Amino acid sequence: MKDKVVIDLAHLPPHGLGTASQSWWGTLAFMLIEGTGFALAIVVYLYLMSLAPQWPLDAAPPDLVAGTTLTVFLVLSVLPNILVNRWARQQDLRKVRIGLIVMSLVGIVPLILRAFEFPAMHIKWDQNAYGSIVWVMLGLHTTHILTDLVETLVLTCLMFSRHADNPRRFGDVNDNAMYWNFVVATWLPMYACLYWVPRL
Amino acid sequence: MTQDGDGLRDSSMEGSELHRRLTAIWSTPSGLWGALSTVDHKIIGRRYVTTAFVFLALGGVLSLLIRLQLAQPEARFIGPDRYNQIFTMHGTNMMFLFAVPVMQAMAIYLVPLMVGTRNIAFPRLNAFSYWVYLAGGLLLWIAFAVDTGPDVGWFAYVPLAGPEYGAGKRADIWAQMITFTEVSALAVAVEIVVTVFKQRAPGMSLDRIPLFVWSMLVTSFLVIMAMPAIMVASSSLILDRLVGTHFFNPAEGGDVLLWQHLFWFFGHPEVYIIFLPAVGMVSTIVATFTRRPVFGYLGMVMALIATGVLAFGLWVHHMFVAGLPRLGESFFTASSMAIAVPAGLQIFCWLATMWAGRPVFKTPFLFVIGFMVIFVIGGLTGVMVASVPFDTQVHDTYFVVAHFHYVLVGGAVFPLLGAVYYWFPKFTGRMMSETLGRWIFGLIFTGFNLTFFPMHILGLQGMPRRIYTYQPEMPWSGLNLFISLSAVILALGFLLFFVDAIRSARSGSLAPANPWGARTLEWATSSPPPPYNFARLPVVDRLDPLSDDIEAVPVASGLRVDRRELLTSSVVHASPEAREASPGDSIWPLWAALASTLMLIWSIFSPWAVVWGSIPLAITLIGWFWPKGVPEDEA
Repeated sequence: MKDKVVIDLAHLPPHGLGTASQSWWGTLAFMLIEGTGFALAIVVYLYLMSLAPQWPLDAAPPDLVAGTTLTVFLVLSVLPNILVNRWARQQDLRKVRIGLIVMSLVGIVPLILRAFEFPAMHIKWDQNAYGSIVWVMLGLHTTHILTDLVETLVLTCLMFSRHADNPRRFGDVNDNAMYWNFVVATWLPMYACLYWVPRL
Repeated sequence: MTQDGDGLRDSSMEGSELHRRLTAIWSTPSGLWGALSTVDHKIIGRRYVTTAFVFLALGGVLSLLIRLQLAQPEARFIGPDRYNQIFTMHGTNMMFLFAVPVMQAMAIYLVPLMVGTRNIAFPRLNAFSYWVYLAGGLLLWIAFAVDTGPDVGWFAYVPLAGPEYGAGKRADIWAQMITFTEVSALAVAVEIVVTVFKQRAPGMSLDRIPLFVWSMLVTSFLVIMAMPAIMVASSSLILDRLVGTHFFNPAEGGDVLLWQHLFWFFGHPEVYIIFLPAVGMVSTIVATFTRRPVFGYLGMVMALIATGVLAFGLWVHHMFVAGLPRLGESFFTASSMAIAVPAGLQIFCWLATMWAGRPVFKTPFLFVIGFMVIFVIGGLTGVMVASVPFDTQVHDTYFVVAHFHYVLVGGAVFPLLGAVYYWFPKFTGRMMSETLGRWIFGLIFTGFNLTFFPMHILGLQGMPRRIYTYQPEMPWSGLNLFISLSAVILALGFLLFFVDAIRSARSGSLAPANPWGARTLEWATSSPPPPYNFARLPVVDRLDPLSDDIEAVPVASGLRVDRRELLTSSVVHASPEAREASPGDSIWPLWAALASTLMLIWSIFSPWAVVWGSIPLAITLIGWFWPKGVPEDEA
């Protein structure tokens, strides 16, 4: 079949940023998948609780110190994260480099705090179903912190390489920042569930 | 020829020059390395479809073994242990390795063409998903070959599948196969969502999206929302079996029904993950062979979305005999019956289209008519089993086996076979045989009904499913023999289908670009399409871009020809937003898939696999994403 040219796309930018890029939507889709996973973990927790004669099963409610410190830290970490996101949007390479180093350090701290959270649960995964679900919830979220940390470290290296000064890389930094916000946001209902539901 | 700030453009390039340059940049190199590193959605789509049909054939052989065993009472052909593995393998294989992947595979090939773009979004993820799917399939079948095939039913209920009763590694093989297939299905779902959202041809606003593409979009969202449930379930099962967690152990506060809830929260949407693509195929075929657009486009789209939403409110109807609260059962009866409404609406829209059009009874259309007959019967028995008292009687009997084969084979396999006949010329550049096609339809339609209709009666006579034999005193032997003989007719139909497909792929008559006079964009390019799909991206100004009164297809120019470039457009109106690079071939997705395979299989045996196995995985992922300084990386 013949064709006739009706529009010319030459004036369009050679790369889309934000909602014009596929990776932004891809990140969103993966957040939906993982968000569903987090929601299901909470549903399993509440389901097991609804069956139990007392909750927590054979354990004292978790100690608040480590978990609460981590929660406060995560919420505060959103601030530098927003700044990195903004600098990436302005394509300011120097500030983005500094911001990524800060966010790499910021990603390590929750892993240290998390190491104190597991013992604060007063139960092991193989003692009973309560232990199983709290360990899995903590583990699931820890995996997300770890994944984002590795991604941030790789991005940091990338931004010090010859590939750095490229709108595509700044877009990657934006998507990474969005993902960190997601990691923080999903923790809040998990924190409420793990630490405060047993105290109700 | 235009050469401005960033690269060489197609604007004033003539046909042959354009073709030469686009081929150079988009084609897959020949040879093994090229085959292993290609990211062309058409090559991967064809690979996916072929692999899924191999699994269909293997699953079909298993069903024939089942029929051989059940043909007479007290048969000693297969022992109980092997029989348990065979029916588990049959169901697992058909659901996870055939039905879901084959529908996504068709979409991998067709969706980018139908929305008028040059490759799927995240093409390397697409390559990765295929390798992971293949690895999952091999895991299951190799395990079966060495007598370690799962034997706990395709839904692997605990406690049978748990640590107490499921000794050995059979249940772990099942659970980890789930991880493989769900990872690949989720990856494809994300690709399709983003392709449909962001890569539609300029002007293809939401109300101009072809119905098959709509159906795949809704299906992909179902995959995204439903599959995490089965991953949570199968992972918890592995944890219970490997490290002693107690999710499903009632003695320590766990619950066996938790498994059923998690499984069916995925398992029921799964039915629609298989059925909705088929609906899209039916709409496409009906429109082409009645020579008119489908009646009630908006209603059809709404029905797809409504089905997708309601699909999440039905899972408990698989658990009516598990002893749940009465109020809950009533709710799920109501929702199970409600989903018949959008299904019925679609059936009536197709009937109206056929009534108002001029039907041409070619093979694809015959399969669609077969679908309507069989699916309506399956739908009617579905309304029957939605009722708790009736379900209590026929639960776990052959009535249910008959019901779900009517909805799954009738609702998905018939449209799929029609779709293969319909799109075969696009996939291969050759036509399948019309004469053989009619024979194949006749054999499969007759064989299917003769095989599965009597199972309703067997079920009402009380024959339970999943028994490896039965006693001669039971009144079941006559019908079972009849069913087994009918299965031969059905198998013959499928055998002929495979013969026709292989023969036609080699020596069928050559297909023109648009052999059926269809109106969707995949027919605007040659059969099979060139590596770049469209020399110039089509521009869409109506629902049927290739309708009869079109003399020349409107297209867009201005894309680069010295890197893989396509167009991203806005979600609602599909207005052009950017010229975007599309990633080139890469071997890294294969390495990443191998690293994932290593980690997942190892973790059946040791929890430390997750720690040590994640290191090679991380390395391969970094290799995958690290920029290589190619033109596709420019921005």
